[in-house]
Parts: sequence; C-alpha cells; structure tokens
Amino acid sequence: MSQLTPELEKRLTVAVDRMPAFPRSVQMVLEMTRNINCLPKQLVGVIEKDPVMTMKILKVINSAYYSLPNKITSVNQSVVYLGINTIKNLALSCAAVGILPRVNTAGFDIQRYLVHSLTTATVARLLCTTYGKGESDPGDCYVAGLLHDFGKVVFAQFMAPEFREALALGDAGTMPLYEAERKIIGVDHGVAGAMLAKRWQFPEQLVQVIRDHHKVDAEPSVMLNCLQVADQICRVVDRPPEERQLAWQSQIPAAPGFGDSLPAVVTGLGDFDKIVAEATLFVQVDKH
Amino acid sequence: MKIRFWGVRGSIPSPGPKTVRYGGNTTCVEVRSDAGELIIFDAGTGIFPLAQTLLKELPVEANIFITHTHWDHIHGLPFFIPFFIPGNSVRIHGAYDVVSSQGIEQIMNVQMQYSYFPIREAELHARIEYQTLEIGESVVVGDATVTSTLLNHPVIDFGYRVDCNGKSMFFTGDHEPWYNIYEPGEEGHAEYQAMVDEKQRQMDEAVHGVDVLIVDCSYTRAEYPSKKGWGHSTFDYAIALARRAGAKRLVCTHHEPTRSDDDLEKVFAEALQQNPAQSGDPEILLSREGLELEF
Repeated sequence: MSQLTPELEKRLTVAVDRMPAFPRSVQMVLEMTRNINCLPKQLVGVIEKDPVMTMKILKVINSAYYSLPNKITSVNQSVVYLGINTIKNLALSCAAVGILPRVNTAGFDIQRYLVHSLTTATVARLLCTTYGKGESDPGDCYVAGLLHDFGKVVFAQFMAPEFREALALGDAGTMPLYEAERKIIGVDHGVAGAMLAKRWQFPEQLVQVIRDHHKVDAEPSVMLNCLQVADQICRVVDRPPEERQLAWQSQIPAAPGFGDSLPAVVTGLGDFDKIVAEATLFVQVDKH
Repeated sequence: MKIRFWGVRGSIPSPGPKTVRYGGNTTCVEVRSDAGELIIFDAGTGIFPLAQTLLKELPVEANIFITHTHWDHIHGLPFFIPFFIPGNSVRIHGAYDVVSSQGIEQIMNVQMQYSYFPIREAELHARIEYQTLEIGESVVVGDATVTSTLLNHPVIDFGYRVDCNGKSMFFTGDHEPWYNIYEPGEEGHAEYQAMVDEKQRQMDEAVHGVDVLIVDCSYTRAEYPSKKGWGHSTFDYAIALARRAGAKRLVCTHHEPTRSDDDLEKVFAEALQQNPAQSGDPEILLSREGLELEF
C-alpha cells in the first residue's frame, strides 16, 4: 500500500481543525442548547451521529493534556469523564466552525456518506452483539463504523481536485474508489483517516480498523470483521430495498465467522429498512 | 497538618447579618504541612483575608491549587496581596481547559484585563509560575504531596488530596455525583451505569483513608432533584462517601448562598437525622470561616 508523504500528512492534519460539521447535527445542537433543560441523552444522541463532532471530541479527550489511563472510545464515556456541559460546549465549538456545504467542489455526496456511516455504525454494533461474543465492545464497533470513512470527508473538503478525479475513476467502474485514491492521492481514505486517528491518540484498535478496512491482507480482529461486513451490507443503502436484496444475494460475507450467506446475516439484523430510514431521517436538513 | 477555612460559601459572596456565623466569603482553604508549607485551595474572596495574614511572614511562598475556574473559585485571586511584593513566589496549579484550549494561566489572563482590573499581570512583582496538571498528577510541596483527581462539574474540576507524613486530607472543590443520563430500561443504561460506577470507584480510591474530607454539600436531598446537573452534591452523598472512605472527619462546605446561618444549621441537623450515626462514623461538621483543624 502506498505511504503517506510528510507533505500529505501535514496537509491533512492542518485541514481537520478547520473541518466543519454536518448541517443537521449543527442545527440540532444549536436548537437543543438554547434550552437550559436540554437532556444530556438527547445531546449525546445528536453528537454520536456526527462523525466530525465525534472525531473532535475523542481527539480532545484522548489528548495528552489529561493522560487518561484508558483511551476513551465513545461520546458517552466522554460525558462521564468531562461532564455534559463541557461536551455541550465542545459540540458548540464544532458548530461554530461552520457546516459542511451541501455541494462540495469534489462532487462528493456528503448526505450519502453520512447515511452510509450511520448505518454502518449501527450494523457493526449489532453484528458485534450477535457474533462478537464478548471479544469486542459493541460501542467500539459503533464508533469504528461511524468513523471508518472519515478520510473521505477530509479528502472532499481539503483535497477536492484530487478526490474528484479519484471519484470519477471509481465511477467509471474500472477500479474501486479506494484503489483510485491510492493511485491519484497516494493513499486511500482508510490510511488518511487512520493517520488522523493515530495523531489524536485514539485507541490503537480503532486506528487499525480504520486503516485496514480496505486492506486485503489485514490482520483480522473481531472489530475489523464486524466493520468489514457492516460496510459491505451498507454499501447499497441508497438503493431501493429490492435492489439491495439482489445485490446481497450474489455476495458472501467479506470476513470470516459470519457463515456463507450475506442475506442470512442481514436477516439476523432485524429490520434493516428501519435502520436506513432512521439514518436518512437524521441526515435530512429542515428546509426552513 | 493544619487546615483553616477562609471562604465556605458557594456561587457568590453572601455577606450580611444572616451569614455572620458561618461567613459569606467564597471558597478558600488554607492548608499547612507539618513543616509549614503553604498550600491554598481555591481563590474565592476568602483568599483576601488570608492574604493579609501572610504579610507577617514575608517572603511568601504560596502554592495555590485551583479546583476549577468558575468565578467563585478564582475571583479573589487578583487581590492576593503577595503578588504585589517583590521576593514572594506564587505557584498556581490547575487543570487544562479543553473548551478554551488553555492551561491554568488563563485564570489570570482573563481577570486582569483592562476593562476588569486596573493592574496588568506584567506589573506584579512576585515570581509567578503556572503549572497545568494532568489527571492524577502529583506535585511535591516540601514535605507534602498534592495529587489531582478528576471529578464531575459543568467545567473540569479537580479534587485534591494532600499527603504529609502519613496524614492526609482531600478537598472536592465543586462536585456532583456522577449519574446515569439514561432511564432504567433504556438502551445504554447498563453500559452507562458501569462507567458511572467505575468513576465513583476511582474517586473512592483517591479519598480512601483520609483524616479530613472536605466535600461540596450545597444541597439537601429534597433540594437536589431540581438542581440535578448543576454540579453539586448533597449532605447524604458526602456522608456516604466519608463512610466508605473511612475518613476520620467530614467537613461539609460550599454552603448555598441564600441559606442563612439558622437555615444552614437546620438542614445540617436534618441531614444528620436522616443519616443516623453508625459505629466508626467520622466526626461530621459544617465549615465556617475561621474553623481550624489540626491533625
């Protein structure tokens, strides 16, 4: 796999501090925090659905300033440590950076990205509960799902021309997007996302699964397996239900331990359409 | 070790005829190690009368530990007279603020601005050092060691433990018991509860076996439900904590600012009634300005 050049690493690191959050989360955080009696769980419910806010909060809490004995992997854990008011103000400072534009110059569909990340997160958590057998934490798998494609948003926002080219190459059907990214940018979005996660001292396992989710010879782990299968299932979230079924039918699970039928794994999740509907509803921005 | 209370009131100074016995100054606790090292917890308005007594022992070497940066714990700081006298040295310790991305030096920067205070920090004559502490970091102050513990408040709050020649004390600053943000039966409740229990366990460990435990007891159990999330504890929580810790003495502080002396004694007596004495209980007392404990 291609390596990150120091120039590219610097470019991406500088970029992320200026990274805006998603429109719907910003809107909801601003609305909720105007009410002094806003319930902590409602605020957590919004923050943990926004990859940018989640990234930034995990970045802060895992920073060297506090030297916590254990790495923090979830928004809820951050609330227990720092208190809801501090998390609320961190979310507000994310909101103050701005909102991701609906249309970006890379031609990257951020709404679709968000629905994919959210559903992957939910599915990875469910898969971990069913197949993980205590070997991985379902909450950690959720965060892995939410953040696995974070590199894409960073590319879209701060390396728009290169990413646009990679997207075009991917859309042409000759190679998957991650290969197109490696060819044009030098690294795929997994490596870019992992670089940031590592720099921010995220838990090592989270860094690894973000980095390896498109790597063929990656060291398997329960978390990575759950993420890869969730990612595979959710690749078709934007298609109508009957098309999804067709797509799944021709596939076997992308990681070992899930049997040999992808449709069977999906059935085991319960109501997949509902998972997608909830994610889509969250992402939709009110047009008033 | 010796402890003297200079400010015991929460939130805002509350002078007047109704608070004469316990005092209206905001939080400031002076601790002296066996060798006489000066450790000061918080710089509420109580630090001003303390500062005046220090003029007898120049040069002053003060070690101030700020539990958190809310006004009532820092607003006496610009009036800490030893700052103005050459030869004195003041070390200020506290937590890093994640929201402002600043270390503890911000408590002076923020207060000593032209619009709010006539003197600039650069005009102070004492040697001032700032030390932003990590969670669990220990600072050696002569024969004493001060260790931070992250507690729960609407801003980062450190509790501090002092150990000196086998004796120890702990001060919470402002602290509310961690609580579950989910209702029983809701998704996430069990997982969150496990984290809450773990945080309390860590605090219990930090408090274990102290001779004197000083705890934020702003509210009664009846008042608490309407103040949940405001960042303060109840008498009941403090008593239970002191019992678990095996503390020898529990001092209840951070008195609610609207509480008169009579009311304070009344709610304290009620709290003691609601928590009937058990064998091995700590001595439980209310903090008041001028209260001295030696151990």
